[in-house]
Amino acid sequence: MSILEVKNVGKRFGGLQALSEVNLSVKENSVHAIIGPNGAGKSTLLNCLVGKLIPDTGSVMFDGQSVLGRAPYEINQMGISRVFQTPEIFGDLTVLENMMIPCFAKRDGAFELNALSAVLSQKDILEKAEHMLEEMNMADKRHMHAAAMSRGDKRRLEIGMCLSQEPRLLLLDEPTAGMARADTNNTIDLLKQISDERDITIAIIEHDMHVVFSLANRITVLAQGTPLVEDDPQNIRGNPKVREAYLGESA
Amino acid sequence: MFNLNKKDLSLLIIVAVLTLFAPFILNPFPAGSAMAQFNAGYPDLMQRFVIFGIFAIGFNILFGLTGYLSFGHAAFLGVGSYAAVWMFKLLSMNVIPAILLAVIVSGLFSLLIGFVSLRRSGIYFSILTLAFAQMMFALAYSVLTPITGGETGLQLALNDPRILGVSQTAEGNIPVPGLFGLEMRDSADLVIGGWVFTFNVGYYFCALVLLASFYLAIRIFRSPFGMMLRAVKSNQQRMNYTGLNTRPYTLAAFVISGMYAGLAGGLMASMDPLAGAERMQWTASGEVVLMTILGGAGTLIGPVLGAGFIKYFENIFSKINDNVLHSWFSFLPDGLEDAVVFIIHPFIGKGWHLTLGILFMLVVIFLPGGLVEGGQRIRSWLKNRKTKDNGSASHETNPAE
Repeated sequence: MSILEVKNVGKRFGGLQALSEVNLSVKENSVHAIIGPNGAGKSTLLNCLVGKLIPDTGSVMFDGQSVLGRAPYEINQMGISRVFQTPEIFGDLTVLENMMIPCFAKRDGAFELNALSAVLSQKDILEKAEHMLEEMNMADKRHMHAAAMSRGDKRRLEIGMCLSQEPRLLLLDEPTAGMARADTNNTIDLLKQISDERDITIAIIEHDMHVVFSLANRITVLAQGTPLVEDDPQNIRGNPKVREAYLGESA
Repeated sequence: MFNLNKKDLSLLIIVAVLTLFAPFILNPFPAGSAMAQFNAGYPDLMQRFVIFGIFAIGFNILFGLTGYLSFGHAAFLGVGSYAAVWMFKLLSMNVIPAILLAVIVSGLFSLLIGFVSLRRSGIYFSILTLAFAQMMFALAYSVLTPITGGETGLQLALNDPRILGVSQTAEGNIPVPGLFGLEMRDSADLVIGGWVFTFNVGYYFCALVLLASFYLAIRIFRSPFGMMLRAVKSNQQRMNYTGLNTRPYTLAAFVISGMYAGLAGGLMASMDPLAGAERMQWTASGEVVLMTILGGAGTLIGPVLGAGFIKYFENIFSKINDNVLHSWFSFLPDGLEDAVVFIIHPFIGKGWHLTLGILFMLVVIFLPGGLVEGGQRIRSWLKNRKTKDNGSASHETNPAE
């Protein structure tokens, strides 16, 4: 059963055909990695999934519904959460407040004029946010300004914020880019734990082969805007086409 | 109490004490003394302190929380004034319906202008609001003269209908704004020794409205809605990808702050029943920006302090002239006296803007958080000194244990 179906998606920027005839099917509860060399169109594809870009051709279906033409917040409310390459969090707010906002979004929807009740009287939200912080091992930082945290912690917080929305599909855009080895391994462990313990599908765009092969149970290789091959990790390793795309023909 | 935590409640109490005892606090010098011109406790100025405080509190809900810098908020203040004066002309001299209509009409205008302007953010938003405000100013000044009175402004007349009131009093005068028989201009003087304290009905009415507005602002700041507005300022991208639609949040903030401006405009007209287009000019919009930043944008009490500060300077410093200076420095030798007066001259009277500008620059450079940050620094400095004293004291007693 696939939760995300991408069919014949194409996107052109001026003279550059960024994506052409991309077909992709992400199975429910799998960890699906999308890899490819620089400029292969990975980020463009991701932006087409979350509503930042609208593809010129093709369709994107999430759980049987088209996401095309919907605003990012609508797509998020459908059950797709996104983690950015550089952590996008609310830097001016405290860690606890950061965690509360997605809880509000989950409970109250895209807009709620809740101007007269106190934040601190929202016991269910507070409880949920505190619980999520404990799960992310950052309960001791709850009153810290989010911007003051280390990059690894920011990433952790961002993932926690996405999870507190109980999404069905979690999209990660190079979650370990620019991280030290120890932080990378921590993130891998965290994502593994998430996919084991939760009823969630993860799609991950990644450069780092170490991350990809530790996590993914399905891999799509993108090159020059088109999927080259989609297969299980063990078959991708030995695939000559993949080697060629990554290392050039001489290899 | 009032559903506030201890810190917010004490803030509310401070503001309540400041406003209710303002006639005493602002009149520290005996009438007739040399320092009496620094007294600000006369009704007209106190009303202005409070009204601009309300204006700035509302502006801060938009600018302080969401970071959207509107350069056209005076337009809503002007619209509120016109609406209130029309109510005085057509319905009655009671201030309640006038203020209600002022709030509603300015709310409608801000809904329209906000809907268009909020399609852009940052500098483009500021320019759009500025453009709208200047258009409204130009309309009020010329094209819409039948409604706004044009250059002369909108005034009451003896032949206004006033359906629920009287067109003219028994003596043939235009009636004055009031609240169920209490006239806004009524005052009582309290004379203690050389001091004269004036208690004015209009001022206390405005002060109560300010307290209600301030209380409402605290509730908004502490609500989930307020948290969302701060989130808009912090990271709109994350908002959008967290399933939150930022547009209605910013629009709601814009309309709320526009209604605060309308409330201020309505109060202004209630204190002095006339409205002029100059109230909507961009300098007036800029003034509320200055008040908010000077006091501390994003803080609760900052805008109130900023409004008081600027209005005090405007009214007190602008009144000092060369004669006053000469009388102050008359103890100096003649040549030196003239030199000192010559140096100070550009900063007083009509030059008070220069003084204000320098103070504003100093605050922005050294206290980016405004007067509130200044207060916090002083408090933490005092605290540090205290704990240091305590620390050394306990250190001395340690060996005894």
